[in-house]
This record gives sequence, structure tokens and C-alpha cells, in this order.
Amino acid sequence: MSTRPRIYLTQKIPEECEGWRLLRESCDVKVYDEIETGHMIVPRDQLLRDVRGVDALYLALPVQVDAELLDAAGPQLKVIATKSVGLNHIDLAECARRNIPVGYTPDVLTDAVAEATIALTLATARRHKEGIQAVHGGQWGKTWESSLYLCGKDICNSVVGIVGLGRIGLGVAKRLRAFGISRLLYCGRASKPHAAEVNGEYVSFDELLKMSDFVIACCSITPENHHLFNADAFGKMKKSAIFINASRGILVDQDALYVALASGQIFAAGLDVTTPEPLPPDHRLLTLPNCTVHPHLGSATVTARHAMADLSARNALAGLRGEPLPAPVPLI
Amino acid sequence: MKTITRSFSVLSIISSFVGNANSTHLINGRRMYLSYRKMSTKLKPKVFVTRRVPEDGINLLRQKCEVTQWDRDEAIPRHEILNGVKGVDGLFCLLTDKIDEEVLSTAGENLRVVGTMSVGYDHVDLSACRKRGIPVGYTPDVLTSATAELTMALLLTVSRRIQEGVTAVKDGSWGTWAPLWLCGQGLEGATVGVVGLGRIGFAVAQRLKPFGVSKILYTGQSEKASSAQLPAEYVTFDKLLNDSDFVIGCCALNSKTTGLFNADTFKKMKKNAIFINTSRGGLVNQDDLYTALKNGDILAAGLDVTSPEPLPTSHPLLTLENCVVLPHIGSATLKARNAMSELCARNIVAALYGEPIPCQVK
Repeated sequence: MSTRPRIYLTQKIPEECEGWRLLRESCDVKVYDEIETGHMIVPRDQLLRDVRGVDALYLALPVQVDAELLDAAGPQLKVIATKSVGLNHIDLAECARRNIPVGYTPDVLTDAVAEATIALTLATARRHKEGIQAVHGGQWGKTWESSLYLCGKDICNSVVGIVGLGRIGLGVAKRLRAFGISRLLYCGRASKPHAAEVNGEYVSFDELLKMSDFVIACCSITPENHHLFNADAFGKMKKSAIFINASRGILVDQDALYVALASGQIFAAGLDVTTPEPLPPDHRLLTLPNCTVHPHLGSATVTARHAMADLSARNALAGLRGEPLPAPVPLI
Repeated sequence: MKTITRSFSVLSIISSFVGNANSTHLINGRRMYLSYRKMSTKLKPKVFVTRRVPEDGINLLRQKCEVTQWDRDEAIPRHEILNGVKGVDGLFCLLTDKIDEEVLSTAGENLRVVGTMSVGYDHVDLSACRKRGIPVGYTPDVLTSATAELTMALLLTVSRRIQEGVTAVKDGSWGTWAPLWLCGQGLEGATVGVVGLGRIGFAVAQRLKPFGVSKILYTGQSEKASSAQLPAEYVTFDKLLNDSDFVIGCCALNSKTTGLFNADTFKKMKKNAIFINTSRGGLVNQDDLYTALKNGDILAAGLDVTSPEPLPTSHPLLTLENCVVLPHIGSATLKARNAMSELCARNIVAALYGEPIPCQVK
């Protein structure tokens, strides 16, 4: 009988990754095969069966980790490694109660996500979706259809408000400063010392909504901020404002967002995250010219994905050996 | 101007004696106003505007000039522009209007200034204007940040595969996940090559810096003092092509740069390189670009400018997933377009009233 620890991966790791080699070297690896079942995310009942008796759980996609899953796995479960920096899919309190350390992947994906957030902000501000459609669909008339054709919003001299100036928020702020913004506002539970690097001004959520030309959500999810962006919030924003969400879909009341966009209460919105993911192609948000949805591309660079896979593998292996994790989720 | 006003007053008093039976007063404010207007219309220079443009410029023109205008959103047809320019003193045009010998000679002797609402002037025959002593006004600076922002937007849309992403969301293919699905090229650690470190090129380079690029290269006719602020290294075109992960075309279109990007050029670039052009379509041999993209000589391309504009929907470049085409929206923000309209008007008014032209093509 094998004495190697057993690890279950909810998705395969690219073969060229160092992390894959490390796991194969020291563990019995079981990988969920989405091609075989045709489902991107492992179905719940199959997951509960597959995790029985495993020593480590490696999550490559945000499956729900709760008491039910931990019970199904069994008391021998030593570590959970999530390939993400977002943690709203994990009951951290329950893991702490059972002394199961949780590893995640901060820092290694910060640049990729900050860059993708800027890409989304710019594509939304400059109406790329409409522009590309006009080119392919033949609506692009005798160039400069009118002298205000597809005019978008300037970032230069604008007021940017970042909701949650964490690692990613700071990365977004640093990049935007080079665009000549006039003010960088931020809000959150407390002011941040690193805000000084970007001349960040700590304000209340309401003040940020009222004063910002660009409202960019980069915050982590807590029980308190579900549907933070609701009808009330959109009502407080400028009519000319652009809303960008790079956090998690649950931050936004999507019905309220639809109404705000369709009625012109805000200028436009760009979402890299939605509820659910994937968003159904017939979702009404997709019918709006001023709503841009990207398929959660935040960390989608080869560099970031490889680094996330490797760090997750090392988190798992450290947990299996009873050593401190390279990147443990801070205990609440 | 004061002399003219006084003359108006004298002439209007005379005309009130002579012309108007209703008048009982020599100095009837309303009648004087009408007379003033009639007199001043004859003396105000005439300007023809080739499109409906933001009001800031038109209002400024109307204060000092008599304005006739092709007040439509579509580009002015050739026969209409030839009709409209006859006898004018000034011409306010857009980059879609070819200002050549025929237009200038049809306009006639009075034409004293051409103002284009753009920073590019490849559509204006400069030597024909010079020959006639006609200065050409243009609109640098006021559109620099908008265009630099759009260049950054296009670069990121290409590098992060946004076009494919948006398509996947729309057609439901978002869901067939793989760990490296739609992974793009990060700017972190990349070498960026700017072809033409003018106002726009420099502004783009400034915005690239905090993305963690390791090196900024540039090429052009000569070194630029501004490069020290970035810093950016002056290299030959070939070295830039050889070393760069991102190649950005920001130079003006002229006889030296037409077709600069051709099969040879693309072969010299890295296979993972991304090519962005927000300058003019004429910079690129589009057939060669298509081949290069199809064969994988370069990774991807983004164009805000094409030949022609608009690009026909059947063009092969539009069949490629790794090619993004935008409908020339470089300066498309309200602020920039308003400022361009206003500056173009100021250039024209200055020339017509013998004052220094704020922005004249040298």
C-alpha cells in the first residue's frame, strides 16, 4: 500500500509547470478530468466522492469548500491550496476550527490582474466593443461618421476612485497615475500606508461614488459587501461615470446595474467577473452597448498562471509535510 | 478693428439718410445695428467648413468670419467641396478631405489659410500650399493624451486577447476552460519599441512605464531630448524590430514612411511580437501584415488606422482572431474633439486677421 500522500486537483496543471513535477514526485495525484465529463467545474456529488480520504486539496477553480466538503474528505485532510487570491469560496472559519491551513496565491498574479483591470477600464472608456462591432458589421461609415463618432471618456484629468486599495488596487492606481489623472480616491475599512505611493486620498464609500469619474472595484469579498453595488450606489454615482469590477461578481447587484446602464444613470460598466461565471450568452447585460463583459481574464497570462500553479503546489506540499506554507491565508 | 467700427458708424449714418424712409432718427440703435451687420458681413472673411464639427470651433469662427458649412455627419463628396471652396478666404477641413492642387485652384486667389482638424496632414498637399503662400494650421497637443490613451487601450486589447474574450462571452464558448485559456502577453519585463517618439509616441511611452516594461526603445530621423525623461534608448529601425516584444507605430506618414511595415519588416520582428499602429494606414502593407499574422511571423496586431477607411468588411485582416481593428477613434473623446475644433478655428482666424498662427505646420 502506498504511503505517499494523496492529493486531489479539481483541474489539471499545465505539464510544463514546475509545480506539476513537484506534485508527481512526492504524491499520488488524482485530477478531475473536465473533458471526460464535459463540465468545467466538477459536479458537487462527484467532488464529495472524489475527496474522500485525500490528504491535500488543490483547487484550480473556485469550488465551494465548506463543512460538508471537509466532512466528506475526512479528518486526515492536512491542507487546502487554492489557485487564486480570492477566498470567498472557502469557509475559512471552518478550516481554522479543524486546524487545516489554507494556502493561496497573492502577489504572483498582481501584475497580471492589475494590467487586465486597466485593459478593461480602457476598453470600456473607449468603447472597444462597439468599435470592433462597427468595423466587422459595416457600420463604420465614411471614416469619422460624425466628428463625435464613438467618442469615449478621457482618463487624463479624471478622478479615479478605487474601492479596496489592496495589492491589486495599488497596482491599478500606479498604472493609472501615468495617465495624468487628477485625483486618486480610495475607500475601505481603514486607510492604507501604501496609499502614499500613489497620493491616494482616503474617503468614505459615498464620497468616492459622488466624486469619481471612474469607480474601480478591487476589494476582497466579505459577508458585509455582497451587493455593495446596488441601486443606491449607482444612484450616487455621476451620470458620466464608468464602473469597473475586477473583484467578484457577488459585489454587484446585476439587476440594479442593468437598470442603471439602460437608463443612463451611469455612462458605462466593465466587468471581468460576473454571477454566474460563465455568464449565460443571453443575459440582458450583454444586450447593452455600454456594458463590457470579459470572461474573467484577470490572471490570464502564462507567467501568472504558471506562478500560481507552482505556488499552489508548494503550499500543498508544505502543508503535507507539516511545514509553514509559503503563502498562507492570514488567520482571521 | 476700431477703425472699421468707426467707419461703420459713419457709413450707417449716411445710409440712414439715403436708404431708409422709415427712419426718423439718425441714431436709431436698432437700425444702426442692422446697418452694422450688413456692413460687417461684407468685410468679414469667408470660411468654408467641410463637416459638422463641435460647436466650440464654429462659434469662434462665426464671431470673426462668415461661415458656410457642409453641415452633415458624412464626409463631403468631392464635387461639393469644389463648390464650397469657391472664393473663400479660409478652409476648415478634416483628414478625410484631400486638399490638393484642384481644391486650391478652385478656391481661387482669396484663399489665405487651410486649417485641418487633425494632427496628421498627409491629406494636404503642403508644397502646393507653400507655392501659393498658404499657411496650414493643424491641431497637435490637444489630442495627444486621448490618442495615447487609445493606443494603450488597443495595445492591451490585443495583448490580453480581449477581442477573443468578448466573442467567447457572446457566443457561449466561455466555459470550455483550460488552465491557459486565453492567456495573453504581459507587459511586465517586456521590451517596447516606439517607432517615432513624437508627442504621441512619448506620451504612450510614459504610460507604459508603470506596467513594468524592462526597456523602451525608439527609432526615427534623429535622437530626441525628451527621451531622457523616460528613459528610452535610440536605436536603428532594424534593432528595434529585432529586440522588441511590442512594436508601436506613432510616426507621421510621409514619403519615407509609406509602407514602412512590410513583409521584410515583419520577418525581422520576434515571433511573439505584437504590432500596434495608431499613426496612418499607409504605414503598413496590409497584404504583408495578413501573411505575417497568418504564418505566425508575429503574434498579433492592432490597428486604429487602415487603408482605406473604412476597411471593407470582407477584408482578410478581419477574419483573423489575432488582428484587432478599430474604426480610427484615436482622438475620439469629447474633450479632444472640442479642443481640436476650437484650435482649428483659432488657427484660421489668426491667419485671416494677420496674427501669429497658434499651430502651423512647418
